[in-house]
Amino acid sequence: MKVKNFIVKNKSFCFFAFLAFLIVLIAIFAPVITGGVSPSEAVLADALQPPSTEHIFGTDKLGRDIFTRVIYGARTSLTAAFSVVILIFILGTILGVLAGYFGGWVDAVIMRIADLMVSFPGMVFAMAIAGIMGASIKNAVIAVALVSWTKYARLARSLVLKVRNRDYVAAAVVTGSKTSYILRKYMVPNVIPTLVITGATDIGGMMLELAGLSFLGFGAKAPTPEWGLMLNEGRQFIQNASWMMIFPGAAIFIVVVVFNLLGDALRDVLDPKNE
Amino acid sequence: MTAKQIGKRLIQIVIVVIGISFLSFLITYLAPGDPVRTMYAATGMMPDEEIIEQTREAMGLNRPVLVQYADWLWNCLHGDFGTSYAYGGPVSSLLLTRLWPTLKLSLFSMILMLVVSVPLGMIQATHKNSLLDYGLRGVTFFGVSMPNFWVGLLLMMVFCVQLGWLPVVCSGGDFKSMILPAVTLAFAMSAKYTRQVRTAFVEELSQDYVIGARARGVKEWKILWLNVFPNSLLPLLTMFGLSVGSLLGGTAVVEVIFTYPGMGNLAVSAITAYDYPLIQGYVLWISLIYMVINLLVDISYHLVDPRMKGER
Amino acid sequence: MLELKNVTISYGDRPAVKDFGMTLKKGEIVSLVGESGSGKTTVIRAVLGLLPGGGRVTGGDILFEGNSLLKNTNEQWRRLRGMDISMIFQDSGAMMNPIRKIGGVFVEYIRTHEKISRKDAWEKGVKMLERMRLPDGDHIMKSYPFQLSGGMRQRVGIAMAMTFQPKLLLADEPTSALDVTTQAQIVRQMMELRDEYGTSIIMVTHNLGVAAYMGDKIIVMQHGKIMDQGKREQILRSPQSEYTRGLIAAVPTLEGERYV
Repeated sequence: MKVKNFIVKNKSFCFFAFLAFLIVLIAIFAPVITGGVSPSEAVLADALQPPSTEHIFGTDKLGRDIFTRVIYGARTSLTAAFSVVILIFILGTILGVLAGYFGGWVDAVIMRIADLMVSFPGMVFAMAIAGIMGASIKNAVIAVALVSWTKYARLARSLVLKVRNRDYVAAAVVTGSKTSYILRKYMVPNVIPTLVITGATDIGGMMLELAGLSFLGFGAKAPTPEWGLMLNEGRQFIQNASWMMIFPGAAIFIVVVVFNLLGDALRDVLDPKNE
Repeated sequence: MTAKQIGKRLIQIVIVVIGISFLSFLITYLAPGDPVRTMYAATGMMPDEEIIEQTREAMGLNRPVLVQYADWLWNCLHGDFGTSYAYGGPVSSLLLTRLWPTLKLSLFSMILMLVVSVPLGMIQATHKNSLLDYGLRGVTFFGVSMPNFWVGLLLMMVFCVQLGWLPVVCSGGDFKSMILPAVTLAFAMSAKYTRQVRTAFVEELSQDYVIGARARGVKEWKILWLNVFPNSLLPLLTMFGLSVGSLLGGTAVVEVIFTYPGMGNLAVSAITAYDYPLIQGYVLWISLIYMVINLLVDISYHLVDPRMKGER
Repeated sequence: MLELKNVTISYGDRPAVKDFGMTLKKGEIVSLVGESGSGKTTVIRAVLGLLPGGGRVTGGDILFEGNSLLKNTNEQWRRLRGMDISMIFQDSGAMMNPIRKIGGVFVEYIRTHEKISRKDAWEKGVKMLERMRLPDGDHIMKSYPFQLSGGMRQRVGIAMAMTFQPKLLLADEPTSALDVTTQAQIVRQMMELRDEYGTSIIMVTHNLGVAAYMGDKIIVMQHGKIMDQGKREQILRSPQSEYTRGLIAAVPTLEGERYV
């Protein structure tokens, strides 16, 4: 009964959550969906085939099936984007809570670094970091995380400052609660909801940035099936094999739309103030 | 903005630039691989150990990090950003030749963005929750979800390959070769900015002074353009300054797609070639440009709002 | 001159004012009293056609000099506002564009309704300010709203509202944000306007003292309905509703005398 009520009340959220879940399922069951074809199975005789019944999205320059690679690409993109969001969520929460709770020099050091990170274009720096550390999806994740955590730290800090001087916190301090206990019990739970909303709305954007890095050659390395990388490979064949760039691009677009809509819907569910 | 405030901001900028210079120096220092070998690899030579050791000594790479950093920073302050491994020439002149094309491209796409997004956002705000508003909200939503490199490739496919109207390779740097890169950049930015313009106007239209002006019988177009618009400039300017950051990041991608002769394109090849001095120079320059633009935004903020003049 | 007949005003499906009826003669002052949320502001906003987002007159009629205001086109409304019907607000300063000088706002307003040069409009503004006993009108015209005190801002608001000697002045809690001394001055000035120009006034307030001092008639509202309506003495001496009796009893007394 409760579940039914929730679904009726939050129709759009449930719908987008369902779509997002579907995308996750596609990623997990990629081998089943593609019928056991390997994403790196190259049949040079079949190179650059236009879409047909056999290869519904066509094949690339090495004769690999693009449909298979697009489906497998969901694994790469989802894993990478979720890793970034989880990473900056944890990093931002910890640093923000520490800065807000302890204040003083801890606050000063953390927030000055955060100030530094927002005072120049982050993507430029991410490019440099990812490129220099060597192209790999892991390094791209680290690079994007390094330039994106500041938003979460600021948010967490301001939320902590709001409750820092409340009576119940003072009471906990006076009654001799350990600092780590206060942080876990009062501070962290206070910042989690807002940061979850922020994280959910950021997934789509992070996917775009990661795909962008891969596109430039600073992310996933061949032959990993990754959409940004596939687009880059397709770029050279824009004159005669446009399917190589249409399908991976559409895949990024659709997945980002779904996750952006899910993020907005989640915000409406958790935070009704915002319209 | 008083001279004192500007001075304060300049000091802040100097501190941030020093921080960034240290960061960019650090990443190249901590990077895997030996810069000397990388340098020789870039020029296609395979020297033996002895020569490598000599070069390292000559380049001062055997000294402590901080000394190397201080030395590099000192040279930067004198306009010497080092010598590019891959191109051989001084970094500053390499960047300088690419600076103008990138600035030109950025400026053009920003104008495109403003021309599209300000009127659209205003129409949405004045017709809030109408069919038009919902339609445009849908369009801008899809706009922000489109990867800009995909947009660039699609545009290229339609206008260069299929229709043959514009060149596929935009290395000329003339106006014609600037059109598609600029449109691509403006596309994603406009979608995002239209949403922000709408929010800013909706907020501003709900202010008391709008009711006051209506109660005085002032004409709607005058309320909108002479009162609401100047007030919305404040939040819009701030957003504009921030969007310059994503613009500068975006130029790299777009310049690569269209092989446009800008700084971003240069930087991408520098990163691929592990051309450390060039990468450091690029990061520093871009950060400096970004901060100067945001300082200008801050100064103009004070010109628009008289309430700021009283503050000290 | 003004007549509201069984007016019902709703926000969405929820009526905020039900079956409101009143008449106002030339030169008459009516005080509209009630706690916040009683619908008193909604009533005068409806008279000026400026109901906030989603508000609509769903029943009854509003007649101004015999014509129904509800049939007005947007352009007719616009000509009426600031010309025949003016409004003063709780904080007139907040109702002016914060990044423009008073003079800019004033000149824009005058030139909306009268075809005169910028310079003449400026002088007219200065004259109006000085008539409201604001010394050095020129200086005030060159100030920003945030540079003036609350009392001065309110006088500026009244000066603006009276520029074209409107037939009807709607005052929305014009004294609530002021200290007691300034309050008394503003109230007296508004009474003088009536004597000087014959302006009819609807005074919306939650302060029964002010309402009683100014109003020829008093209307007491609660939850969007009229609880009591009549001549001042009648309301104060023999209120009909329990609610009004409570309101009067709540006014503080001084040495056994009630200052209402």
